[in-house]
Amino acid sequence: MKKNPYSQALDLKNGRVEMIHGAGGKAMSQLIEQLFVSRFDNPILNEQNDQASLEIPASKIVMATDSHVITPIFFPGGDIGSLSVHGTVNDVVMSGAKALYLSCGFILEEGYPLCDLVKIIDSMAKSAQEAGVKIVTGDTKVVEKGKGDGVFINTTGIGVLTDGVERGANKIKPSDKIIVSGTLGDHGVAIMSLRENLTFETTIESDSQSLHDLVKIMTEHTPEICCMRDPTRGGLAATLNEIALQADVGIQLYEDDIPIKQQVKSACEFLGLDPLYVANEGKLIAFCPADKADELLATMQSHPQGKDAAIVGEVFMDDNNFVQLKTSFGGMRMVDWINGEQLPRIC
Amino acid sequence: MKYVDEYRDGKMAKQIAENICQAVDADKVYHFMEFCGGHTHAIFRYGIPDLLPENIKMIHGPGCPVCILPIARIDSAIELAVEHGVILCSYGDMMRVPGSRRRSLLKAKAEGADIRMVYSCSDALTIAKDNPDKQVVFFAIGFETTTPPTALIIQLAEKQQVKNFSVFCNHVLTPSAISTILESPEVRDMGLVPLDGFIGPAHVSTIIGSQPYEYFSQEYQKPVVIAGFEPLDVLQAILMLVQQVNNGTATVENEFTRAVTPNGNEKAKSLVADIFEMRREFEWRGLGLVPYSGLRIKAKYAEFDAEKRFTLTPSKGKDNKACECPKILRGVKTPKDCKLFGTKCTPENPVGSCMVSSEGACAAYYSYGRYQLK
Repeated sequence: MKKNPYSQALDLKNGRVEMIHGAGGKAMSQLIEQLFVSRFDNPILNEQNDQASLEIPASKIVMATDSHVITPIFFPGGDIGSLSVHGTVNDVVMSGAKALYLSCGFILEEGYPLCDLVKIIDSMAKSAQEAGVKIVTGDTKVVEKGKGDGVFINTTGIGVLTDGVERGANKIKPSDKIIVSGTLGDHGVAIMSLRENLTFETTIESDSQSLHDLVKIMTEHTPEICCMRDPTRGGLAATLNEIALQADVGIQLYEDDIPIKQQVKSACEFLGLDPLYVANEGKLIAFCPADKADELLATMQSHPQGKDAAIVGEVFMDDNNFVQLKTSFGGMRMVDWINGEQLPRIC
Repeated sequence: MKYVDEYRDGKMAKQIAENICQAVDADKVYHFMEFCGGHTHAIFRYGIPDLLPENIKMIHGPGCPVCILPIARIDSAIELAVEHGVILCSYGDMMRVPGSRRRSLLKAKAEGADIRMVYSCSDALTIAKDNPDKQVVFFAIGFETTTPPTALIIQLAEKQQVKNFSVFCNHVLTPSAISTILESPEVRDMGLVPLDGFIGPAHVSTIIGSQPYEYFSQEYQKPVVIAGFEPLDVLQAILMLVQQVNNGTATVENEFTRAVTPNGNEKAKSLVADIFEMRREFEWRGLGLVPYSGLRIKAKYAEFDAEKRFTLTPSKGKDNKACECPKILRGVKTPKDCKLFGTKCTPENPVGSCMVSSEGACAAYYSYGRYQLK
């Protein structure tokens, strides 16, 4: 039986994060072992070295990192823990890769309840398991009360590109079609409904989810997909402006075809926001050649994560790299870069 | 979305657009000013210019409370937060407006001032109750629409004896601004700004009613059509203006009958009259000093007047000389006539006030109107 070197058990019910938990001594070791290692449980992490040594098949490696500073930490449809896994897994799989490993760095604020930390870690462990990734190395720091916002989590993900197809904005060509995997703005509106001074009732849940499985069937059926992105901060508008610039093209959207839930539209209407700029955490945008678009759309719609997928626009030549929208009303307008944030710190 | 989608219907838009095309006299150019920023925003957001014949020119008026607030008032708001250490509560779109030396509330906040974005003035009162040891000031801006809520909150603060709460009042009045435009030499004498009619304010008119505009139609012989902020409202109002111009009439018509009555909201008006009184003059960006165009808090509520509670240094803040906002707000120039537009002045780094708020003419042009037709 393993020896228990710690004189007192961690009080996971009423205890709080203390400075000592980040000081490098026994208390930190106990926190890491009893809170993190036991829940992220896998042979690589369990070795508890300063680094993880990984078996990676001989192929191209894909890597992505993301820091999560969301307020509130718990929200309808997820929490900072699940979000920190979904966000990075999605960044990795948007290349068409299979995500394998995650690292996690925690910055904890002194005084944060350990019981809430347990919930976050359990949620991370569950999300990682669902996404088929292992959390193999990590770090914990504690900052004084008032110098953090409860919990910040950075995750870095590694994946492998197995089909050998390189995708990215530079592969996009005029006439390519643009498909979104589902309704836009759900995450942002779910978060906003909880903000202090913005009390409104909604049953909208965050769409936070790992898209590994959807991406897998998409790339298997339509390897010609040239680029995928997840439209997180700044929503569809920010992501498409980024892509238009990187690919040196223009983008034409059709407002009638963009899927947005009625409740999201209504919330945006009275908050004075444009849903095209509201964050998503479980949706993707795919670019593919026009002659493959219908087939790809059908594949996406056959998967639960893509049941509301729709072709929303197309790529054309434009030196200005403008993203423009044919409005339902019948006119045209630009969908410009987001100017500042619509609201602070959504993800 | 019920009661919204009906007013954004593409098929109906096409129908009204066709009616407009049939109604216009091909030999005539029609110049209409939409006074409100809300209309400017709707025009660009829904792509209304694409539906209009080329001989209808829209002039974007000064009806954006964020755009017309002069630098000196922004400087004072920053001074309240920084020098007097108050918790300053502001509506979101005020946060980025540059004051002197391009300093904004957002920048002052980053430097450590306690500036909070609120969606409602009642949030500011709540913040005051939650922070009894701090002074809390609500940065009140807006036309007649946002004035009644501010009045109500001052009444509440008095009733509940919230001693640490006050209001920095910057409420302004629509009719005096319209008079100033019509009296300006460019319109009256030089004919630089041809003005054939006005689209009258939507929300403002729900409070003041349609009656106050009668003066403009009679005195200046300009037709006014009060219209809602939905795109079909705007199109319908343009059609009504075209018909008035063709018929040689100049009357006040109300397209926004679902919300506007001749006399407006009596309750709101009497509430405002209880709390506020006219200032002799108030400075507007773009229009300069406009007589009887702003409100201040009456003496009997002086304890809730931030300008009385705190000693504010008069700011000499001046607009950038190259900025054409003043002329754009009077309809003398369009955003594209300004050298700074899209170069030194963008929504990320606004020089002039019209670029700051999404309701400003420059921001609307920049954000929505630069597309190239394929």
